[in-house]
Amino acid sequence: MNYNWHWRVLLETEPGGTGSYLHYLIVGLGWTLATALAAWVIALAIGALVGTLRTTPSKWAVRLGNLYVEIFRNVPLIVQMFLWFFVVPELLPKALGDWIKQMPPPWGSYVPAVLCLAIFTSVRVAEQVRAGIGSLPRGQRMAGIAMGLTETQAYRYVILPQCFRIILPPLTSEFMNIIKNSSVALTIGLLELTGRARSMQEFSFRVFEAFTAATVIYILTNLIVVLAMRALEKKVRVPGLIAAGGAPQAGH
Amino acid sequence: MGFDFDVIERSWVYLFREGMTFTLTLTALAMAGGIVFGTLLAMMRLSSVKPAAMLAGAYVDLMRSIPLVLVIFWFFFLVPYIGAWVIGAKQPIQVGAFWSAAITFTLFEAAYYCEIMRAGIQSIPRGQVWSGYALGLDYWQTMARIILPQAFRNMLPVLLTQTIILFQDTSLVYVISATDFLGAAAKVANRDYRLVEMYSFVAVVYFVVSYGLSTLVRRLQERIAIVK
Repeated sequence: MNYNWHWRVLLETEPGGTGSYLHYLIVGLGWTLATALAAWVIALAIGALVGTLRTTPSKWAVRLGNLYVEIFRNVPLIVQMFLWFFVVPELLPKALGDWIKQMPPPWGSYVPAVLCLAIFTSVRVAEQVRAGIGSLPRGQRMAGIAMGLTETQAYRYVILPQCFRIILPPLTSEFMNIIKNSSVALTIGLLELTGRARSMQEFSFRVFEAFTAATVIYILTNLIVVLAMRALEKKVRVPGLIAAGGAPQAGH
Repeated sequence: MGFDFDVIERSWVYLFREGMTFTLTLTALAMAGGIVFGTLLAMMRLSSVKPAAMLAGAYVDLMRSIPLVLVIFWFFFLVPYIGAWVIGAKQPIQVGAFWSAAITFTLFEAAYYCEIMRAGIQSIPRGQVWSGYALGLDYWQTMARIILPQAFRNMLPVLLTQTIILFQDTSLVYVISATDFLGAAAKVANRDYRLVEMYSFVAVVYFVVSYGLSTLVRRLQERIAIVK
């Protein structure tokens, strides 16, 4: 293979004039993280709610939760991205839809991307929460009720706190997934890390330098997340329980 | 603007004949290739030969730490160079979007199938390996005749679930302008300016296929569980 590497390109100024290509990519990482973090907060909240609903005795709550999970699990992420970006603004009342469509860049892509990733990931969080609650001994809930707690209080003070400590490892991998999945937002015009690596390739014609740089940045980010989460896992591990590795799951 | 079913009626034959064929062929190829390569990777990872185990581990970790979209871009540009290197050509060769995607997804999904197969192999009691050796079988015979069939069977539901995810993930070839199901719909959508209709239709089709398949997998899982 005869490819002439030219690493100095990373220090050359990008056509937008904001700085070097390396700086351009780092700003991209900023957008990746800003998208992933905002979506993650929403995903955790919705996921915890839906996952809990699916373990309650109420048949309707379970059905509603299942419906939500099935809908957003069985449509590809990129299609959901297009639904949020192209379809949702058309279905809203005209004034609101126009306002969304006229949001200045990058917000016009950022907001749909965050919503899309949040909902997409909330389904996977919900699955983990449900599995986590299911893995707790039934006696925990019963003991809570026997002590005079209401159903809601039992969830709030007994079940959910333990559940979250148990499912932290799988949630870590979901968090890394949301960082990776945020790259799909480039299809609706958000210039996050992968999107910027591609535009750098288009401007500079340095294909492999651009993608190598992006790959290294992703790997470093992953490493930092893994190390931080491992420290957190150590701190919140429930004493006496074997860390929940759980059954192998399909994923991407 | 009313919902225009007409555009779907006009284009669905094209969508399925061109797009869905592309999507399904790609899924099938990547599944077959990914499971074979993934199983080999899993055997390497569990091997007592340290360099092999490390190499496979590094490969899997690398693939799992970068986004699929980036991997697709990587291979879209890399495959022509690899092809040139394989056949000894001086210039990068032309590779169509389909083969580029097929190679990408095979290599990418192999990392995920590997982790599933690794768990499958590890779930088999060690005694099975020892009894294989005691019967005079060598490593490959023990693997092929005793361990892998059981591992495969135990992991079948997870492997199939991963394949459903693969089926959904193939829609990302949109980024290299391939005409898969989503790509075909996007072309019609942009030509006729019917984005709402086409993307809603695409979502419904993906939902129906994925939901149908995952229901089948769930049933299979119950049957296997009873037999065990």
